Amino acid sequence: MSEESTFTLDGRKVPFRDGQTIMAAALAAGVYIPHLCFNPEFPPHGSCRVCLVKVNGRMQASCTAPAMAGQVVQSETEEIREIRRGILQMLFVEGNHVCPACEKSGACQLQAVAYYVGMLAPHYTHFYPRRPVDASHPDALLDFNRCILCELCVRASRDVDGKNVFAVQGRGIKAHLVVNTPSGKLGATDFSLSDKAAQVCPTGTILSKHSGYEIPIGQRLYDRKPINVVGDVAALAVSKGGRRHD
Amino acid sequence: MIESKLKVATCSLCGCFGCHMSLLDLDERLFDLAEKIEFDRSPLTDIKELGECDIGIIEGGIANVENVHTLLEFRARCKVLIAMGACAISGGVPAMRNQYELKDCLEESYTRGTGLVDAQIPNDPEIPLLLDQVHPIHEVVKIDYFLPGCPPSADAIWTFVSQLLAGQPITLPYTQIHYD
Ligand code: SF4
Ligand code: FES
Repeated sequence: MSEESTFTLDGRKVPFRDGQTIMAAALAAGVYIPHLCFNPEFPPHGSCRVCLVKVNGRMQASCTAPAMAGQVVQSETEEIREIRRGILQMLFVEGNHVCPACEKSGACQLQAVAYYVGMLAPHYTHFYPRRPVDASHPDALLDFNRCILCELCVRASRDVDGKNVFAVQGRGIKAHLVVNTPSGKLGATDFSLSDKAAQVCPTGTILSKHSGYEIPIGQRLYDRKPINVVGDVAALAVSKGGRRHD
Repeated sequence: MIESKLKVATCSLCGCFGCHMSLLDLDERLFDLAEKIEFDRSPLTDIKELGECDIGIIEGGIANVENVHTLLEFRARCKVLIAMGACAISGGVPAMRNQYELKDCLEESYTRGTGLVDAQIPNDPEIPLLLDQVHPIHEVVKIDYFLPGCPPSADAIWTFVSQLLAGQPITLPYTQIHYD
């Protein structure tokens, strides 16, 4: 490996290809950087900011920052962990993330990243927004309370499934996920559980019906091992506790 | 040597007593704990008046006026105050009622239920007034430590209490940090 094509990440040399982001190069080298809106199968979105790292002394989102030769990147420092915790805490109070009452608990990426950064409590004042639940689809349930606006379902439905079922509407604190039908109901779309969009949500917003609690709480993906060891729930096969259909 | 035992008070506000059950799950470790601490006001002792305490452990969020008074009293009398469990930390399952108007919740339970005779919303002066929303306790008083879980496992409680009593920083192993 020539000197030109590596950067250092927490002191470790990471090789990269031209055009690769810091996140993509780290992932390829087997180094975990916490992330929520990033999924290696999609172009980066850069919205959740959980992946932020210090590049040559400056904070940047590693999922959008291009890797460059000789960069000095810091990720696992107490300063960055603290900022990541703060971002997670804001995500938790902005929605209604009632883990004890959520079917996704234990296999939820939002929860797993919060565990990883050592979040013990949400710290801020809860918004308790009033958001609906859409149970109109025969096979899928949409619980908007848990949406963190990562737009992975939007991207998957539009770019992979070619269905364009989801969209984000409104701006700032009013931004929210909608279903692209006049009624706004998932049941009125051709959404199906075999869609890519059904497999990418990092939270418990999009759930399949008729299969709740098949794996008991306590035996789920992130119950025993942290996300940096097991990986993203969306990248793992259903047989391995993930949600990717083979 | 610890000369006098540390005084510990506990209470359940808007919780289900699950956290207290988990505390009892310490089983024989309770004997070790009893060497170091003495319970003051707690559902385990049935002492009604809260004395000056070293540690206060709160289960549950605040859902009514009495919860708020109890919480303020705990803060005033306890040197260290701990939020234990999902409800104390984020409102938990009871806070799911925040999705609805309080009036709708009461009507749904007391006037629209099945098999009700002379249906009415209870209004006895002895019943503490409900707050319009359920809130976690850190939104009302300063909390010194948070122990998540629904409930936190006995092992998590043990790690936490042991480190706290030893004056060490709290570091829970991965498997003991849970929000569910
Ligand atoms: S529903 Fe899930 S995948 Fe879609 S934007 Fe919300 S959190 Fe992201
Ligand atoms: S993973 Fe980079 S901003 Fe969300």
